[in-house]
Amino acid sequence: MQLFRLTAHELHDLLIKKEISAIEITEAVFDRIASVEEKVGAYLNRTRERALAQARVVDGQIRKGEKIFPLSGIPIAIKDNMCTDGITTTAGSKILANFIPPYSATVVKKLDAAGTVMVGKTNLDEFAMGSSTENSAFFTTRNPWDTGRVPGGSSGGSAAAVAAGEAVCALGSDTGGSIRLPASFCGVVGMKPTYGAVSRFGLIAYASSLDQIGPFTRDVTDCALMLNIICGHDPLDSTSVNFKAPDYTGFLVNDVRGMRIGVPEEYMAEGIDPEVRDVIGKAMALLQSLGANVEYTTLPHTEYALPTYYLIAPAEASSNLARYDGVRYGLRAEEVEDIIDMFIKTRSQGFGSEVKRRIMLGTYALSAGYYDAYYLKALKVRTLIKEDFDRAFEKYDLLISPVSPTTAFRIGEKTDDPLKMYLSDVCTISVNLAGIPGMSIPCGFAGGLPVGLQLMGRHFNEGALLRAAYTFEQNTDYHKRFPEL
Amino acid sequence: MITKITKEDVDRVALLGRLELTGEEKEMFTRQLNDILEHFQFLERLDTANVQPTAHVLPLKNVLREDWAGQHMSREDALANCPDREDDYFKVPRIV
Repeated sequence: MQLFRLTAHELHDLLIKKEISAIEITEAVFDRIASVEEKVGAYLNRTRERALAQARVVDGQIRKGEKIFPLSGIPIAIKDNMCTDGITTTAGSKILANFIPPYSATVVKKLDAAGTVMVGKTNLDEFAMGSSTENSAFFTTRNPWDTGRVPGGSSGGSAAAVAAGEAVCALGSDTGGSIRLPASFCGVVGMKPTYGAVSRFGLIAYASSLDQIGPFTRDVTDCALMLNIICGHDPLDSTSVNFKAPDYTGFLVNDVRGMRIGVPEEYMAEGIDPEVRDVIGKAMALLQSLGANVEYTTLPHTEYALPTYYLIAPAEASSNLARYDGVRYGLRAEEVEDIIDMFIKTRSQGFGSEVKRRIMLGTYALSAGYYDAYYLKALKVRTLIKEDFDRAFEKYDLLISPVSPTTAFRIGEKTDDPLKMYLSDVCTISVNLAGIPGMSIPCGFAGGLPVGLQLMGRHFNEGALLRAAYTFEQNTDYHKRFPEL
Repeated sequence: MITKITKEDVDRVALLGRLELTGEEKEMFTRQLNDILEHFQFLERLDTANVQPTAHVLPLKNVLREDWAGQHMSREDALANCPDREDDYFKVPRIV
């Protein structure tokens, strides 16, 4: 039995039957890492000793007959923009290459308290700015389905780790699609919960009105189990919503009869690869045949989402990244004349091209004389985009679409043209602008590469996404395929 | 709304963002920022005169907590990552 291929809930069943131990699971995952990591490059840092210590605790609990949690002893990877106490956290940037946080992000503390085993920290585009991990200051992660291709980004390391069997579950963050895009490209389940549903305390900020943490898993059941751990109010995050998180496993029902599902026609229009469109069309037909009412609808302001996002996110980033000044942590340039020179040299040496580009774009959009024309305009269009969704959700329980216009693209294919790279996010960014939950599930293959189906729902209605995703999964086997490495 | 971005604009914005660009970067960013903003120009088509801006999607306002003294990070932990320090302070180059 290849333990690294199993889901968390399958491993849990074996653990409580005492057929395997948590140490065996952890060793199986680290053995898998030893054999494939050279090809994939999912991790920036592996935490084997910490993992084994956590696994030993779980085995002790099982031995003593204590009840363990649903994800106790499950190896989980963490995107390297979430702070881990005493463990280097780089955000994929040279400017934080040696940063050792003195505290852990709330999500990391919650996972620790839930008995999970942290495998390591995964690669990402620098400060989560990118769609391919090619903007990592360290290296590019490769897609386990075709190592000549990107895993998607920015949470590409987390998605690739789960797809390749180098972790059972993972955490990522999603500002404009950074969980859903890599989930789609790597053929795993990825969810961006509602804005405010998961604490971002300890998440290194990119664009604060859009950022949200969420899980990568091999199936929808594991996704619900991860949400049960990470969702909920946190007084340390002032944008965290005080709500009572439900038991998300309650939504794992194999039944979509009567569900009203809209397919925004703008997401199936020109620009979507015909093979991808075909796969999505089949997914629509399957949901229809299972009893959902699937029909085309419209989100008329969709085409404005890309410029809106790429004005708002860089504007927020330019402000958030002002903190990297070489004073309190991170890189400090040497041989400087005075403090302003130190700020300038530190930032110029520490940031990569894409980060500088977004600081420039954001600073420009916020600068005197351009604020109204760019930033304020984008905030107003954001209202129109959000209202499109409000209207659609009066009629539908759920919207579905492709996650990306194409399957995983080749490494280097889009690095010379930022605009072309930005267009990879065209189907995912509206969800962040509206703050609603969005999810990617494996729904087929095109040219041997995974295609993701995006599900979008009302604020705090992750339940509808899980129900439709679970039903789809119970009636297909795409989630069971495993890449050859 | 669109004005062509010149190299001087790029210099000005870089200074605001506390960045020093190489000659090559200046050229690249001038070209790319023009390309990007030109592509975004169609936002102008939308009449937003009567639309309220959305800075934040949640109806949260004035999130406050009780004013009590809690456990906070120790001074040593807070200083542990700083590139240079003197006693309990962050040390920086000359300011004035």
